[in-house]
Amino acid sequence: MSPPLIEARQVTRILPGEVPVTLVADINLAIGAREFIAITGPSGSGKSSLLYLLGLLDLPTRGDVLIDGRSTTAMTEDERAEMRLSRLGFVFQFHFLLPEFSITENVALPMRALGRLSARGITQRAEELLASLGLADHLRKTPDKLSGGQRQRVAVARALANDPPVILADEPTGSLDTAATAQVFGILRDLVIMRGKTVVAVTHDLNLAAQMQRRVHIVDGRLADDVQAQPPVR
Amino acid sequence: MSLVLTIAWTHVRHRARQTLVAIAGVMTGVAFSVMMAAMMEGSQDDFIRTLVDALPHISITDELREPSRQPADQIYAAAEFHGLKPNVRRPGIKNPMATIASLQGWVPGALTASVQSKAVLRFAGRNLTVAIIGIDPRTENEVSTLASHMRQGSLNSLYRSSHAILLGDRLAAKLGARVNSNITLASAQGISMNATVVGTFHSGFRATDETTGYVLLRTAQILERQTGIINEIRIRTNDPMQARLISERIGEQTGYKAISWQEAQEDLLSAITLRNVLMYTIVGAILLVASFGTYNIISTITHEKTRDIAILKSLGFRDRTIRSIFIIEALFIGLTGAAFGWVLGYLLTRGLASLEFKTPFSDYNHLPVLYSLKHYLLATAVALLSSVVAGYFPARAAARLHPVDIIRGAT
Repeated sequence: MSPPLIEARQVTRILPGEVPVTLVADINLAIGAREFIAITGPSGSGKSSLLYLLGLLDLPTRGDVLIDGRSTTAMTEDERAEMRLSRLGFVFQFHFLLPEFSITENVALPMRALGRLSARGITQRAEELLASLGLADHLRKTPDKLSGGQRQRVAVARALANDPPVILADEPTGSLDTAATAQVFGILRDLVIMRGKTVVAVTHDLNLAAQMQRRVHIVDGRLADDVQAQPPVR
Repeated sequence: MSLVLTIAWTHVRHRARQTLVAIAGVMTGVAFSVMMAAMMEGSQDDFIRTLVDALPHISITDELREPSRQPADQIYAAAEFHGLKPNVRRPGIKNPMATIASLQGWVPGALTASVQSKAVLRFAGRNLTVAIIGIDPRTENEVSTLASHMRQGSLNSLYRSSHAILLGDRLAAKLGARVNSNITLASAQGISMNATVVGTFHSGFRATDETTGYVLLRTAQILERQTGIINEIRIRTNDPMQARLISERIGEQTGYKAISWQEAQEDLLSAITLRNVLMYTIVGAILLVASFGTYNIISTITHEKTRDIAILKSLGFRDRTIRSIFIIEALFIGLTGAAFGWVLGYLLTRGLASLEFKTPFSDYNHLPVLYSLKHYLLATAVALLSSVVAGYFPARAAARLHPVDIIRGAT
C-alpha cells in the first residue's frame, strides 16, 4: 500500500518566548488521496498552525511531517521549498497574489520556478487553468481589478499550477460573501471529485465543514475528533 | 527573460516613483563625488604644473655637497682637523661646455647654462640688492617659461645693448625704472657697470619679481670678474616626475650638487600629500553619505516587499532565488544611477571648468579640473557596493523568515 500523502507524527509546535505558547500538541494524522478534509475548531485552537505544519510552511518543535512517506524535518530548507513547489498547493484567506503581475503571470510563477514546461507551455496551462475556473475574460488583468471571489479563484488556479496531489486551504472563504463562498467551495469540492485532488481546508464555518467528507476537530492544539462521513456530499 | 529578471523588472517598473528617487540618490552621490574629485585633483595638478614650470626641473650648481677638504685632511686619513678654513676653491663648474655636452648625451630634456650672481642695483638714488642671473637667450627658452612671462621686451632684447638687463616688474615699479632707463650694477667682486633696462617680466612669484634681473651670460661673467664662468646648469626634463632619479645620476657623474624640483620643494610636496588625504576624505565622505541614502531607499523598497517574499516562499521559491531578485533590483538601481551620475558629474565638472574667476594674483582665470576615468570607476564601485549591500541584507533577512510568521501577521 502506498504511504499517505501527508502524515503528521506526534507533531508539536511551541512558539518560543518568555511564556512559550503551545500551538499544536501531539497531533497524529494521516491524509490519503482523494480526501476532502475540513479542519475545524474555535478561534486560536491551532487549526491554521496545524495546516502550516502540514504544508511545510512551519517546522514542528517535536515530531515529524512526512510527505509521500519521506520525513521533512531532516530536509534542508531548499528541499522543503521544492516539496512545496511540486507536491503542495496553497490557498490562503487573503488571496496573496503578487499585485504587480497579471493573473496569468501569477499562475505562471510556480511553473516557472519549477521549470518543467516551456515558456509557451506555461502560459497555455495558466490560461487553461484560469479559463476552467471561469476567468477566461480576465487573463491580462492585475489582481486589484478583480472581485474577492475572482481573486480566490486565481489563487486556486495558482495552487493547481504544478499539478500537486494536495491543496491546502486556510479559511479560503473567510473573507467572501455567501455567493462567492458557495462558488469557491464548489470549486474546491470539484477538485476532489473531478480532478482527484486531496483538499484540506481550515474553516470555522460549520455549514461548510458539514458538507465535507472528513472532519478533523482541533481544541487547544489537540486532536479532539476525526470523523469520516461517507460518501462525500454532492 | 529568466524568472528572477522578470520579477525584478516588474517590481522596478511598477514602483516607478520610488525607483526614480533611488536612482536619483545614487546619481547625485556619484555626480558630486566625481565633480569634487575632478576639482581637487585638477587644482592639485595645476599647482604642481605651475611649480614645475616655474623652476628648472634639475639645477646643477658649483656647490659641493660637503665643504672641500684641506690638503692635510687628504693626506693624513686618521686625523680630523679643527679650526682650519675650508680649502679655497675656484668657483664655477669646471669645463662647463664639456659637462653640458656629456649631459646632453643622455639626459632626456633640454639644458641651459647660467651664471648666478648678486649685485647692488642703483637707480635714482636707491640701492637694492638683486639676484643677477646670466642666461643664454637661445637655450633659455627650452628650459624656462621666462619668455612667456615677458611684459615688455623679449629675451632677445638682451642683445640690444652691450649691457642689457631684464627686471622683474615689481622691482622695476619699486625703482621707478622703465625700459631704456640706465641703471648701475655693482657686484661683490667690485665691478661697477652701467646697464640699460630692455624689458620687464612677471613670473607670478613675488620674491622673483621683486629681486631678480636677467642679463646675458657675458654680462654676468664680467660682474663675477671671471671670463667663461658658469656656476649653474639648469635642465628641463621631458618627464618632470623622472627629475629626482636623473638628478641623482648627474650628481654621481659630475660630483656637483644636482637638485631636482622635488628636492627643492619638499615642503610643498608634503603639503600636497596632506591635501591628498584631505581630498580622499572629502570624496569618501560624499560617497559615504550618498551610499547611506542609497541604502535607505533600497532597503525600504525591499522591506516593503516582505509580504511578497512570504508569498514566494510559501509557493516554494528558494531563498537564493528570492535574494537574487532583490540584489538584481539593487544592481539595476545602482547601475542606472551610476550611469546618470557619470553624465551629471561630467556636466557639473564642465560647468565648473567654464566658470571664470578674476584674481589679481594669478593669470589663469578658470578653475582647473581633471577628467579621470579613475574617479568615475571609484564612484561607481562604491555606489554599486552600497546598493547591493542595501538590497542583500534586508532580502536575506526576509528570505530567512518562516513565511508563516508573515502570513500570520497579514491575516
